[in-house]
Amino acid sequence: MRVMAQMAMVMNLDKCIGCHTCSVTCKQAWTNRSGVEYVWFNNVETRPGQGYPRTYQDQKRWQGGWVRTRRGRLKPRSGGRVKRLLSIFANPKLPSIQDYYEPWTYEYEHLLTAPAGDQTPVARPTSLITGKQTRITWSANWDDSLAGGNETAGGDPILARVSEQVRQEYAKAFMFFLPRICEHCLNPSCAASCPSGAIYKRTEDGIVLVDQDDCRGWRMCVTGCPYKKIYFNHRTGKAEKCTFCFPRVEIGIPTVCSETCVGRLRYIGLMLYDADAVARAAAVADETDLYAAQRSVFLDPHDPRVAEAARRSGIPEDWIDAARRSPVWDLIMRYEVALPLHPEYRTMPMVWYIPPLSPVVDVLRDTGHDAEDAGNLFGAVDALRIPVEYLAELFTAGDTAPVTAVLRRLAAMRAYQRRVNLGEPPDESIATGVGMTGQRIQDMYRLLAIAKYDERYVIPAAHAEAAAGLEELATGCSLDYEGGPGMGGTGPFGESSGRYEPVAVENFHALRSRQTADSPARVNLLNWDGKGRPEGLFPPRRDEEERP
Amino acid sequence: MPVTRTPDAHWMAEARYRGQKVVVVSPDYADSVKFADEWLPAAPGTDGALAMAMGHVILKEFFVDRVTPRFVDYVTRYTDLPYLVTLVPGADGALRPGKFLTAADLGETDREAAFRPVVWDGATNAAAVPNGSLGHRYAEAGVGRWNLDLGDLRPTLSCVEGADGEAVEVELPRFDTTPAGVLRRGVPTRRVAGHTVTTVHDLMLAQYGVARAGLPGRWPSSYQDGDEPYTPAWQEPITGVPAAACARIAREFADNADRSGGRSMIIMGAGTNHWFHSDTIYRAMLALTTLTGCQGVNGGGWAHYVGQEKCRPVTGWAQLAFGLDWSRPPRQMIGTAYWYLHTDQWRYDTYDAGVLASPTGDGRFAGRHTADLLAQSARLGWMPSMPTFDRNPLDVADEALAERPDDPASYVDEALRGGRLGFAGQDPDAPENWPRVLTVWRANLLGSSAKGNEYFLRHLLGTDASLRAAEAAPEQRPSDVVWRDAAPEGKLDLLLSLDFRMTSTTLFSDVVLPAATWYEKHDLSSTDMHPFVHAFTPAIAPPWQTRTDFAAFHALARAFSDLAATHLGVRKDLVVVPLLHDTPDALATPGGVVRDWADGGTMPKFVVVERDYGAVADKMAALGPLLDRLGTTTKGVTVDVNPEIQTLARTNGVVDGRPRLDTDVRAAEAILALSGTTNGRVATAGFHFLERRTGTALADLAAEHEGKRITFADTQSRPVPVITSPEWSGSETGGRRYSPFTINTERLKPWHTLTGRQHFFLDHDWIHEAGEALPVFRPPLDMHALFGEPRLGATGELEITLRYLTPHSKWSIHSEYQDNLIMLTLSRGGPTIWISEADAARIRVRDNEWVEAVNRNGVVVARAVVSHKMPEGTVYMYHAQERVVDVPKAEASGRRGGIHNSLTRLLVKPTHLVGGYAQLSFAFNYLGPTGNQRDEVTVIRRRSQEVEY
Repeated sequence: MRVMAQMAMVMNLDKCIGCHTCSVTCKQAWTNRSGVEYVWFNNVETRPGQGYPRTYQDQKRWQGGWVRTRRGRLKPRSGGRVKRLLSIFANPKLPSIQDYYEPWTYEYEHLLTAPAGDQTPVARPTSLITGKQTRITWSANWDDSLAGGNETAGGDPILARVSEQVRQEYAKAFMFFLPRICEHCLNPSCAASCPSGAIYKRTEDGIVLVDQDDCRGWRMCVTGCPYKKIYFNHRTGKAEKCTFCFPRVEIGIPTVCSETCVGRLRYIGLMLYDADAVARAAAVADETDLYAAQRSVFLDPHDPRVAEAARRSGIPEDWIDAARRSPVWDLIMRYEVALPLHPEYRTMPMVWYIPPLSPVVDVLRDTGHDAEDAGNLFGAVDALRIPVEYLAELFTAGDTAPVTAVLRRLAAMRAYQRRVNLGEPPDESIATGVGMTGQRIQDMYRLLAIAKYDERYVIPAAHAEAAAGLEELATGCSLDYEGGPGMGGTGPFGESSGRYEPVAVENFHALRSRQTADSPARVNLLNWDGKGRPEGLFPPRRDEEERP
Repeated sequence: MPVTRTPDAHWMAEARYRGQKVVVVSPDYADSVKFADEWLPAAPGTDGALAMAMGHVILKEFFVDRVTPRFVDYVTRYTDLPYLVTLVPGADGALRPGKFLTAADLGETDREAAFRPVVWDGATNAAAVPNGSLGHRYAEAGVGRWNLDLGDLRPTLSCVEGADGEAVEVELPRFDTTPAGVLRRGVPTRRVAGHTVTTVHDLMLAQYGVARAGLPGRWPSSYQDGDEPYTPAWQEPITGVPAAACARIAREFADNADRSGGRSMIIMGAGTNHWFHSDTIYRAMLALTTLTGCQGVNGGGWAHYVGQEKCRPVTGWAQLAFGLDWSRPPRQMIGTAYWYLHTDQWRYDTYDAGVLASPTGDGRFAGRHTADLLAQSARLGWMPSMPTFDRNPLDVADEALAERPDDPASYVDEALRGGRLGFAGQDPDAPENWPRVLTVWRANLLGSSAKGNEYFLRHLLGTDASLRAAEAAPEQRPSDVVWRDAAPEGKLDLLLSLDFRMTSTTLFSDVVLPAATWYEKHDLSSTDMHPFVHAFTPAIAPPWQTRTDFAAFHALARAFSDLAATHLGVRKDLVVVPLLHDTPDALATPGGVVRDWADGGTMPKFVVVERDYGAVADKMAALGPLLDRLGTTTKGVTVDVNPEIQTLARTNGVVDGRPRLDTDVRAAEAILALSGTTNGRVATAGFHFLERRTGTALADLAAEHEGKRITFADTQSRPVPVITSPEWSGSETGGRRYSPFTINTERLKPWHTLTGRQHFFLDHDWIHEAGEALPVFRPPLDMHALFGEPRLGATGELEITLRYLTPHSKWSIHSEYQDNLIMLTLSRGGPTIWISEADAARIRVRDNEWVEAVNRNGVVVARAVVSHKMPEGTVYMYHAQERVVDVPKAEASGRRGGIHNSLTRLLVKPTHLVGGYAQLSFAFNYLGPTGNQRDEVTVIRRRSQEVEY
């Protein structure tokens, strides 16, 4: 048993209202810079819909994640190391800017400077790629709230898989919102794809980062990530990605997306896991076993043996305690309501989701269900508008049973609490019907409905005295063992690309300074519309530097 | 809710986890449907039909088939259902509901007798006058009796019980047919003091079509009877909601209310507001929450998610906002009527107000133009009008004082009746009656809120406009209001705006003052959606040349005063005040019987005040002395605030002996000090004042916080929960959450209505004329019949006529700020119109193609968003899409495409102009004509895909 700690997140999709506050604040904090105009470390996509970048879930096309070989080993879908090296200068499996969207701005200043004329002035859109006037045909969120209907959502790879059961029409309309950040996988295929060894998974908390000094801009990570959550900065020529807001997390405060989530749907906490068990779990034969396999990797922090092993691994006591109080542990393991996103990619993602409830579909046939009526409970769950098959394609490799079980637990919680709320005697059979007890249902209710900030975000601060030691154990990837599918430590592009700077509390200020080294001066980004080159926002152009 | 109440939306999901069932009624698969257990896709504007049918089910199953004790007890104590109503013959002799039977009908002769309605007391088997009516609110005899305590009274709900009268048929209007028809249904009656009367409850059962044995008339045979209003089957073809679903949800709603003690709630969004007949939609929905005893219960009732301008510290705010500390009364106005006249939208009203009337009416709207009715409303003092006279009120004041120094008001009264002085509203297009200066303070009038935007552009601003409507033909024009052949264009001399970005409004402004944002100033914030008072605290100083609103207006006041001291000096001004709610003015129209001047009808009030124009800036910067003498009055509760004035003098410092208000923080301190919600002493004193009238204990509600005084610094350190105060109807005592009317239900404090109870029945003459004495379904206006627009569904070459709705958008910030790059990047990057896949196919429009929407009001160019979430027959152009970002020229006009409100205009519903009668009396921001625009239709065309800018 090799105990490691992973900072993880659960998002309750039942509460997401698609307001995009998380995306906006993340954008303002991290990617309001030239070269990453098109980049959203956090995005919220409407399902059904094509996602961002569009159709990213179609791995036949984009070749992300891992595949299991006949020998039961994992290899990146985009090919093994040799193939990657052979194609290093011509990676064909990259989304184009049109697959993300061509970022634009508006001629806002025209509103201020237009001379008197026959027409009121208007700010026309101009491309941030070409600088020319443009016509907008796609955006970071083109199909929000079912915009585009069948014409757009027809391109949803998930919908295509369940299209026999699902028809998109007014009377049967359904939708939900899926906020996405980097999954900070236990088995990150991005890291395995990087020829330069520039992507690493921090030992202390499992956050996956790109070393900006080591990155050589090969972009293999973009292909390798099945979630398409690594982006290429076309100005610096380096890859960038969600950092799980490590400068914030290291001092015990949540990510920007979580901090600003007005729907209160995000939970952050630690998960302890057995790093030695990851490889086998990720390689189980049947994709529908991956959900259970990943759960089997997690270690119960309440188990004294696990705690002892964690201590031996150098995990501080307050981190072990935080793992015991982790809302993520409770939602994944105790209440079993959170599910991984696309476990079939075999990356062992660590941002999990509670699937959403939805209105019953058959109200138009007059029957309807009283969802709080215990007698109708399971019937109502079977009649929900969002097809359980669609959710299963997202969260359980197509196996509907775990999704149905979660939805039943949520429905049971409502039925149980309704009686409590009405002052009626609790009906324990509602709880036992979904494998829970009344007390456990009330505890789950508390976490989903009442829990305040401190209970939704249980984030131990980084330890100054342990950080350096922990960093010595750092690996690029949990599968990073001799002969394994990970990057390995000795490949031609591994060590030769230089060691990364470990990130820890001692040096994060320095690191942050380095990561923002291209903006040495202070600029008020609030007033910047993405156009032009305010002084200090970008490094000086070479021709400017060379000017005498 | 998830779109415009984003920060509160999580509570909806959390309440569901607590076992709350949610039913969403929406024409499209809206974002809010995500919270629903069931989605009822009612067609736009038909919510009233759905609610009427649900009311039918609730009345039948919970009042008639089975008596629900909780509901009966509630409606007997807290509503007008047991009150007696006279039945009077119409011209054809058929009986119709008349007026509330009052103490005056029983022979009492005091002035307030007509405002003390009567019930039948089952205990004594005699007519009786319960406490708590308007007639107890101001009279000396009513001291200690303005409460809802029934004592030994046992009001009977129905005249079925031990009545001596026969059952008779009454005529009730129906508007679901064209033309409107008449229902004939029986009610049991009683003979009281020579009148044939029935109860409101009996009339409600007749109106809703809930049959009882032995009553004459035509009644629905069952829920499946689709011909007789208001059954579930009747509403199905109107709303599209299956009858069985309607009945089942109604039953669940009432059953839940019964089991939970009144915790069934209707959250009402803007989708049911802004219709011409929204008030009927409201009343049909309110009937559901009131019949089931949910009003005044935490967790139940009516949550009004439109216009969240509940200013918690309302008393202090009002003193400063209206300068009540220096001069009273203030001038106030109803915005809808103002714009209706001054943007000349009235000139394009091509219908006779009589078409809105009921077949059971007596023809008092027939042959009259809405502008005539508006003029009458102003004349009778029902609603304010601005400018009021056809002459400068300064000159009128001088004249009146010269002629009659002791009673200038009587001089004005006579001058008006004699025709020597006229109302401006009688001749709105006369140059002396135009508005000349308009200041737009951090609003986006011309990019967002101006309903009838093109009318504003043409007539108010005199600029290019895409208005296509024809003016009323000679026979359609007003008879009282003067018609000038040439409509004025360009009434304004100066348009000043204060803003921090270039909006459609600032583009049209003569002068733009750069404004600080929320993060650059001190201010207070509160809404009715949460129980806190918040502070704004600047994160940075106002950048560049920007100033806070406070600083800008004080600078303007200073410059104005310097000039005015010379040019205007000290003058007497005549303020014209309408008949106000929460004052004895509400007794001005006994029985709601309308009499015009010829019959001795009412007048507004005329008050002469002194204006020292050179002192305006100084007065703004100090708390005035009038407050010492008159105290504050809010909703009829007067409080002596001398202790607060002394405290403010100490904390704010003084200038010329008065507390300083010269900084934003000091102004905020004054607001907090003078309001009961933020000052426990003021709240407690207000309750003591109220107790003298009610004779019941109330002050204990605030006593726990009597020593608490919330300062601005408190609100800066964290949002502060407010104190229970007579300014509002809910209790927060003991840390409970605010819910409206809990003080009424729990402390027996009357509602501020005629009976003191919640009203199902309104007996004003004009309400009768509209056929709206009882809850009723009125469909959306027929714009083909009224304005000659194409019929809904009419198709042409690549065009189709559809209903045009403008809901709030999730990609802009509430009703403004659509041009933010980030939110535009997260949507379609510019103006869009959402259309169903079927309608798009009919005009061969694909997603993201350019379309034009054209009706008589204007032209919009936008890209189509085709979606199966939209119902057929309706397009959405989400709110606040203005003309600043990616709007090309229109093919139809050759001009820049319009804003979302370029296709709309204001329409004034006559009944909204009623005033001077009980709860139908003007109160600022409470009663007046709505700015409705949802009944509009538009032609949608596929246009050339080559656009020009």
